Amino acid sequence: MFESCADPEALDGLAWLACYLTTGKHFAFYGAFGTVLLLLAVTAPLALLFGLAGAMATRAGFAPLRWLGQGYVALVRGVPDIALFLFFVIALDQGIEWIKHQAVCPDWSEPIRQGANFLVCPQAKVPLGTSPQWVHEAYGFSLAVFTFALVFGAFAANVLLGAMKAVPRGQVETALAYGMTPRQAFRRITFRQMWSYALPGLGNLWMILIKATPLLFLLGVEDIVYWARELGAAKTPRFSDYPHPDWRMWYFAALLVFYLAMTSVSERVLARLVARFARGQATAGGTT
Amino acid sequence: MKTIILAAAAALTAGAALADGHAQTIRMGTEGAYAPYNFINDAGDVDGFEIELGNMLCEAAGYTCEWVTNEWDSIIPNLTSGNYDTIMAGMSITDERDEVIDFTQNYFPPTESNYVALSEDADLENGVIAAQVNTIQAGYVAESGATLLEFATYDETVAAVRNGEADAVFADADALMPTVEESGGELMIVGEGVPLGGGVGMGVRETDGEMREKFDAAITAMKEDGSLNELIVKWFGDDAPQY
Repeated sequence: MFESCADPEALDGLAWLACYLTTGKHFAFYGAFGTVLLLLAVTAPLALLFGLAGAMATRAGFAPLRWLGQGYVALVRGVPDIALFLFFVIALDQGIEWIKHQAVCPDWSEPIRQGANFLVCPQAKVPLGTSPQWVHEAYGFSLAVFTFALVFGAFAANVLLGAMKAVPRGQVETALAYGMTPRQAFRRITFRQMWSYALPGLGNLWMILIKATPLLFLLGVEDIVYWARELGAAKTPRFSDYPHPDWRMWYFAALLVFYLAMTSVSERVLARLVARFARGQATAGGTT
Repeated sequence: MKTIILAAAAALTAGAALADGHAQTIRMGTEGAYAPYNFINDAGDVDGFEIELGNMLCEAAGYTCEWVTNEWDSIIPNLTSGNYDTIMAGMSITDERDEVIDFTQNYFPPTESNYVALSEDADLENGVIAAQVNTIQAGYVAESGATLLEFATYDETVAAVRNGEADAVFADADALMPTVEESGGELMIVGEGVPLGGGVGMGVRETDGEMREKFDAAITAMKEDGSLNELIVKWFGDDAPQY
């Protein structure tokens, strides 16, 4: 980074620290914070979408759709996150490859499952074995986003369902009496007002989502926890220009500050949103 | 050197005889946390004995290689499920692993594993011994009667000894040596070395016989012309076992 960093052994104090904190490895660490923020930015809206779909399916008049919604919510909420993360990602990955295999290599004669191996034809690998590394990483990240959204969507579905039910029945009936169709009444009355009831629950989910991002590590994405552990481990002069003892505590302390900052900013934003959506509502929050 | 070129030429002609002649991309799985075998250097790239060796082997076998890091704990399942094609991660050849995956011949001779502790009188028989999870060392400690304390990475096993959580750490002598030498007398080798495993080899899927043979041939060539020994001395020092 800096020219003075050519010989770190001669440096001490702040100059050493400046060089140490600007190694390529540290930039990978800083980049990982971006990965976490990107995950949050993509997952939250997607999970909300899954939640909306789940809640509306659960309320649907068409029975199979209702069963689908109820099944989704009950199944995902009932299975431990970590089990779902380990199982679902592998199942999804293999499922995609299996389908592609059926489409691309219909003439393949060897079995796909051979003992512990799951082998599709080379043309059906997702991503292809010849793809550059960033494609593999983007694919892994997408699987992670999808899994996170699926898990948090089930919880969001339940929150939204409760919020829809909390909208005063009289208002919906009034809307119907005015001649609105049930669909219009849902869009204009229920959907607009449910957020006031849903926000505290959704806010909880957002907080849990922030704290669940270290699970990325389980999915093979090199996130901030991976780099904190790697950078903090004791380094010997033979394999690093910046030898240091076990500094994991400091790196994890930095993560602690990061997560606390994230959650405290979130709390403030959520409090404002709650106040905004409560305005004019016939609730204790809305009248103040 | 001559032999390498010959081996490379042989591998290339063999490759050209296949349906598609151009170089096949092989994804090489490693851990990146087991210096000097493999580690992440200051620039954030994988580095170490196995990285240098692996790149030479790939060149000789006519493959284009790309390195991928993976947690040690799930390194074999991710090979069998096809996330990468080989494992070069200081993995000793054992019968248990051989049932699940295949190995090339070893590229690092069988060595001893050692106990390292803060003092000479550490209790190795009944004390708490740290080892990395899913290693032959962890298996050995579990059967030795001592209390096994497992960690996900090598660094954490050493840290556990330093902070008193474990009485000693049990690991490959070659990984422990640099740690002990650089500790300034804080850590020391305790007790006798224990010979474990059949040397370090490259792990491949059982169905990839052709690739394994190519890498095997490349390793043989490097053993014969002494270039493998040079690499061992470069990374492990003059005292390291050679071929």
